[in-house]
Amino acid sequence: MSRVHVTLSVNGEPREMLCEAHQSLLDALRDELGMTGTKEGCATGDCGACSVLADGRLVCSCLMLGVEAEGMDITTIEGIAQGSELHVVQRKFLEAAALQCGICTPGFIVAAKALLDQNPNPDETTIRYWLAGNLCRCTGYDKIVRAVQDAAQELAYEA
Amino acid sequence: MAEAHDYKAIGTRPVRPDGVDKVTGRANFGADLNLPNMLHGKMLRSPHAHARIKRVDVSQALAMDGVYAACAGGDFPTNERTTDLAKNCMARDKALYHGHAVAAVAARTPYIAERALDLIEVEYEPLAPVLDVDEAMADGAILVNENLHTNGDASKPASNVAAIVKFERGDVEQGFAEADVVVEVDCRVPTAHQGYIEPHACTATINEEGEATVWCCTQGHFDVRSLTANVLGKSVGEIKVIPSEIGGGFGGKTIIYLEPIAVKLSEMSGRPVKMVMTREEVFRATGPTSATHCRAKVGAKRDGKITAASAWLAYEAGAFAGAPVGPGCMSILAPYDLEHFSIEGHDVLVNKPKVAAYRAPGAPQAMHAMESAIDDLARELGMDPIDLRLKNSADEGTQAPYGPVFPAIGFRKCLEATKAHPNYTKPKAEGTGRGVAAGFWFNIGMQSSAEARLSEDGTVTVVEGNPDIGGSRASMCLMAAETLGVPYDRVRTHVGDTESTGFCNVTGGSRTTFATGLAVVQACEDIIAQCKQRAAATWDIDVEQVDWADGQAIPKPGVNVDANPLSLRDIAKNAGRTGGPILGRASVNAQGAGASFSVNFADVKVDRETGKIDVLSFTGIQDAGTAIHPAYVEGQMQGGAVQGLGWALNEEYIYDENGVMENAGFLDYRVPVASDMPMIDTQIIEVPNPSHPYGVRGVGETPIVAPLAATSNAARDALGFRIADLPLSPPRVLEAIDNQADA
Repeated sequence: MSRVHVTLSVNGEPREMLCEAHQSLLDALRDELGMTGTKEGCATGDCGACSVLADGRLVCSCLMLGVEAEGMDITTIEGIAQGSELHVVQRKFLEAAALQCGICTPGFIVAAKALLDQNPNPDETTIRYWLAGNLCRCTGYDKIVRAVQDAAQELAYEA
Repeated sequence: MAEAHDYKAIGTRPVRPDGVDKVTGRANFGADLNLPNMLHGKMLRSPHAHARIKRVDVSQALAMDGVYAACAGGDFPTNERTTDLAKNCMARDKALYHGHAVAAVAARTPYIAERALDLIEVEYEPLAPVLDVDEAMADGAILVNENLHTNGDASKPASNVAAIVKFERGDVEQGFAEADVVVEVDCRVPTAHQGYIEPHACTATINEEGEATVWCCTQGHFDVRSLTANVLGKSVGEIKVIPSEIGGGFGGKTIIYLEPIAVKLSEMSGRPVKMVMTREEVFRATGPTSATHCRAKVGAKRDGKITAASAWLAYEAGAFAGAPVGPGCMSILAPYDLEHFSIEGHDVLVNKPKVAAYRAPGAPQAMHAMESAIDDLARELGMDPIDLRLKNSADEGTQAPYGPVFPAIGFRKCLEATKAHPNYTKPKAEGTGRGVAAGFWFNIGMQSSAEARLSEDGTVTVVEGNPDIGGSRASMCLMAAETLGVPYDRVRTHVGDTESTGFCNVTGGSRTTFATGLAVVQACEDIIAQCKQRAAATWDIDVEQVDWADGQAIPKPGVNVDANPLSLRDIAKNAGRTGGPILGRASVNAQGAGASFSVNFADVKVDRETGKIDVLSFTGIQDAGTAIHPAYVEGQMQGGAVQGLGWALNEEYIYDENGVMENAGFLDYRVPVASDMPMIDTQIIEVPNPSHPYGVRGVGETPIVAPLAATSNAARDALGFRIADLPLSPPRVLEAIDNQADA
C-alpha cells in the first residue's frame, strides 16, 4: 500500500512523515516520528491519554488521521516544557503528587495547559468538566484538580 | 525506634524521583519500546463463550505477504502438568470464554497482522455456556471443566464449584437465638474490571541459544519470568524480564497473557515481536474481578452487642478456578470481635474470562454485603452506625476470624476519628443521604531483596525489584534517607530487571512499602555497619566504639580519640583505601504485614426522575501505620475511593445470552470521570505496625473496600429503602423507585 507524505510542524519544528492512509495521528506520532510521550489507552476517543493540540485545539490524536495533520501545528507532551523549564502545570503535577502510575499524565497535562491557555482562572467545576475527557484510574482526580487550581493561581499571581 | 515526630525524611512530601520523566513524556511504558527489525503480533480470539476446538489451521495466514510466524495451542507444551494459566494464554482443546486466545500471528505491521487473523481457520463445535454463578452451582449445570471436582475430591461428581472454604467459631445458631434483632441481606455484584489505562503490552526476542528477553508492563517481572518459563517449558534462567514503567495494574498485571506468545512468535520468526492489546481485548480477555452473590446475616442484643453473624459467598472465577473468595471470607467479619460466626465461600467456574486480582481481591463484594447488613442492624436498633461498630469493634488482642490474634490495629481510632470528623458532625443536607461503612485488608509481606550502593561522592543508589506503580521509588528514598541520616536528594531508587537485582515478589498485596521497604532499610543498615567499620579502622579504635548519627560516623561518647566525624561522603571518597566499594544488601521474607482498617462515609443525592446518584462528599479515614510519603498515601485513599464509587454506581460487564460482553470499551463500561466526583477528603490515622522498623502498614488496597457499602448505605438513607444489588446505576435505581411506588 502506498504511503502518504505529510508535512507538518510538531512542537514548533518542521517535520515530515510517511503515513498509511488509515494510520491515526497517534500511531503516526509514535511509530513514524518515534514520539512515544503521547499514550494510547483506548484508541476510541474515550480516555484522553493521547491528547495533543492541533493548531491549538485539544484533540484525541487517536481520532485524527495522520494525513489530516498536513500543514498543521501539532503540540505534544514533549513540547510543553520550554527548554529546561517545566511548564507550571507540569511542576504543579509533581508538587501536588497528581500522578501515580503516570500513563494518563501526558494527556492530562496537555489538556490542562489547553484549558489555562484559554481560561486562566477556571473554577473547580470548569476544571472537572474540561478534564472529563481524560480518564485517570489511580488518583480519583482530587490531586489532579488541585494541581490545575495551583497552576492557575500561580499564573494569576505572575500576571 | 524513633517517635514519629522525630523523623526527618519520613512524613515529608518531596517530588518523586521518577516524576519529571512522567510529566514530560520521557518515561517508557509497556508499548513504548521498539527494536530494529521488530514484528507486530496479534491474537485471534474465540467468538464463542464455550466451544470445542476441533482444528486450527494457520497456513493461509502464514502464506500472506508480510506475515512471518503463526502459532496456536498445539505449538505449546501440553501435558498433565500444563497449568490453567498456560491454557488461559492460549486455548488448547476448548475455548472457555468469548475472547479466549486461540491463535496468534506476527507480521511486519499491526495492520497486516490484524488482516492475517482473518485467514486463520478454526473449526469450533459450539457448546452451551454457563454464565451465572447461581446457574453454575445448580444441579445438572453445564460444566466448564468436566474434570473439575470440588476441593479435588474425585469421589464426588464433577462440578463447577472448584472449592468451598469455611471459617467458623462458636455456635452460630445459639448466637442467633440469643439475638433480639436479626437482619439479613442478599446482594449481587456484577463483574467489574480494574480499568488500568495502559493496555497490556510486551516486546520479546529470543536468540538461537534459546535465551529470551522480554520487556513488559507488569506488577512483577520475577513472576513474569517464572510463569513465562512454565508456559514455554523453559528454565527460569533462560528468560530475562525487563519491566517498563507500568500504567496501572490494580492486581490485573500480576499474571501473564502475551509474554509467552510473543516469545514463541519471536522464536518462529527469528525477529523481535511486540504485542499490544486493544482496549477491547483488555476487557474481553484480561482482568476482571468476580461477579458475586453474597448473603449476610447478623443478630444483636438491643444494646447493640452482636451475638452472631453468618455469610454465604459465591464468587465467579471465570473459566479457571481461583476466584478471590478466600480473601473475601477472611475480610468480611474482620472488623468485629465475635463469639459466634460462620462463613462459607464458593469458588465457581463460569464461561467468562479468568478473574485476576483486583485491589483487595474479594473483599469489596463481601464487605458490601456485611456492611449493608450492619447498617440495617443500626437502623433496626436505632443506633448511630459508628456507635454500633464501636461496641463490637476488633482491637489489639482480638482473634481475627481467619485465625491470628491482631497486634496493634487502628480500627477503633478510625471509628473515633469518624465521630469527630467535621464532615460527620455536620448535619446532612436536605434531601440527601449519608452512609458509612468499614473497610479492611490483611496486607501481605513475602519476599523482597534490595541493594544500597554507596557511590564515590557519597550519594546512594538503591536497587530493588518492585515496579513503581504509584510512587514507591519516593517511599524507598525516604526510608533510605531516614535510615542513613542523609537528605532525600542524596538517594536515588532504581527498579532493577531480573538480572540486576535480587528476587522480589509482585508489587501487590500492599506489600511494597512494607516488605521491600524493610529490605531497603536493612540494606542501608548494612551500609552503616560497613561505614562504622571503615571509621573504626581509620581511627584505630574498636567498631563497638563507633556511633552513626546524622549521616556520619562519630566516636561514642567517652571514647578517647581525637577524630572528626566521618560523613558518608568522606567514607565513600576513601573507600578505595579502606577496603573497597561499599555495597549494602538485604533479602527478607517479611512477616507481620499489619492489617489495615478504614472507615468511609458518603453523602449522596438521588435524582428520583432519572435514578442518577450524585456523590456530594466522600471521606476516607484509614490507618496507614506510618505514612512514609503522606501525599501518596492520600492518593491511594482517594484513588481507591473513586474506583469503589465507580463500582458502586456504574461499572458492570453487560453480557448477552451467548456470553458476549456488550460494553467492551470505556464509552459503555463507564469508569468515573473528573466531573462525576467531588474532592475526596482523607484523614490518615497512624497506629504503627510493630513488625516494621518505621511502622509501615500497606495502604493501597483497603481504600476500595468500604466505598461500595458506604454508597449503598447512603442511597438507602436517601431513598428510604435498600437496593441490595450493585451497581446503583440510573436504570436500576429508577426501576427500584418505580417498584417501590407500585408496592
